[in-house]
Amino acid sequence: MRKLVTAAASAAFIFTTFAMPAQADNHSAQIAEGKSIYLSKKRGNCISCHQISDPDANQAGNQGPPIVAMKQRFPDKRTLRAQIWDATRNNPLTIMPPLGKHWILSEEEIDAVVEYVYQF
Amino acid sequence: MKIKTGLMLGAALLTAGIVQAADSGFDLETVNPEADRKALQAYFKERFPKAEIEDYVNGIYAVDAPSREQWEALEEFPPYEFDIEEGERLFNTPFANGKGYADCFENGGIGIRHNYPYWNKEQGTVKTLEMEINECRENNGEKPLRWSKGDISRISAYMAWTSRDMPINIQVPKDDPRALAAYLDGKKFYYTKRGQLNLSCANCHLQGSNIRVRADIPGPMLGQTTHWPVFRSKWGEMGTLHRRYKGCHRDSRSRPDQPQSETFRNLEYFQSYMNNGLVSNGPGSRK
Ligand code: HEC
Ligand code: HEC
Repeated sequence: MRKLVTAAASAAFIFTTFAMPAQADNHSAQIAEGKSIYLSKKRGNCISCHQISDPDANQAGNQGPPIVAMKQRFPDKRTLRAQIWDATRNNPLTIMPPLGKHWILSEEEIDAVVEYVYQF
Repeated sequence: MKIKTGLMLGAALLTAGIVQAADSGFDLETVNPEADRKALQAYFKERFPKAEIEDYVNGIYAVDAPSREQWEALEEFPPYEFDIEEGERLFNTPFANGKGYADCFENGGIGIRHNYPYWNKEQGTVKTLEMEINECRENNGEKPLRWSKGDISRISAYMAWTSRDMPINIQVPKDDPRALAAYLDGKKFYYTKRGQLNLSCANCHLQGSNIRVRADIPGPMLGQTTHWPVFRSKWGEMGTLHRRYKGCHRDSRSRPDQPQSETFRNLEYFQSYMNNGLVSNGPGSRK
């Protein structure tokens, strides 16, 4: 099922690439940026707590749930963004840092990491 | 991205619904050390039913089998052995005035580690073993040692060694309300979220204990102070408990307190009280 979703998504992606090259380029750059934020200790460091099925994400921690089925679980992307911006809104005791609220990431960086995880 | 370190973000004290274990409250009217201690043991009994309470003196190795194997191999030739010997030599070397450490402590400093830290009524403060080692030096005209590592950790290691297996015995005397206030201060510190990452000690060592943060596994809160000082592979040498406090405090991206600050001494007082019922087993070795 996941494979299928990914395949469909990348087909759509290729399609848009051809249809609107400028915008699509921008989007893949944003996703690459999001990935770097996800993996980097100095930036989001999401990997220290969340597994994700990206081959470059090794030795991920498991303090938080694995990043899977994001589209199904967050049909509204804004809910996902809000979770990342300030996880304490949902759970004041959470170990997840409030990445937006505490200026750990900029607004653009949060957008980028949202786009990156939304593929999984 | 901008203001990374040294950022003092308002630390929110979690009163309601704290992470299950600390049950007696966060004000002088309700706080009860004995109730806290029992609640903490009960929490870990339920969380890791297979681990024996006595085994929590071994930190993460009480609950994580793979890292325990590595650690047992390490302990076959304990990396702190040399430091104990050196600590004994330093302990028995007289000061310029002919006196020595043995003159400063009860029972000549032997077999007393498990009573530290303690509430000192005359001075109205928590006294740690390292603090009294340096006071002993200064009272005898010697320069104090640096707090975090080096000779102070060796002397402390030797003194801990002479107290191995003695039951930890921390008192919060009822005849001085300031003692309970110091305990409470340490307890609040442990549960308060702070720093840019908004993390409390309890986030990692209670909620998050034995769950991976990347490849690191925070050990349980219970038993965290029984075995200091520690020879830590990452440091490649001995260090004191307050050195470790500083590192973990920094991990929340706060500006860390300094070793032997009142905050860290109160924290040690609270944490050591939690370990009553366990034995003193310093010095230790850790990854
Ligand atoms: C220190 C640990 C930690 C870090 C770092 C962290 N998270 Fe989390 N995250 C958690 C925990 C724990 C939860 C579970 C929810 C809760 O605690 O309330 C969570 C929940 C989530 C969720 C909701 C998942 C679901 O299925 O409900 C998403 C999405 C998420 N995190 C994304 C991220 C992203 C993206 C980053 C980095 C920019 C990140 N997290 C960094 C610990 C962390
Ligand atoms: C981001 C997670 C995290 C936070 C927050 C954190 N720690 Fe730690 N701590 C660790 C890890 C990982 C270790 C190493 C594994 C171990 O020994 O528990 C550790 C080790 C320790 C140890 C040594 C335990 C031993 O058995 O020798 C002490 C003591 C300690 N922490 C106290 C604290 C205190 C006090 C705070 C709050 C100021 C704190 N920690 C906050 C992750 C954390």
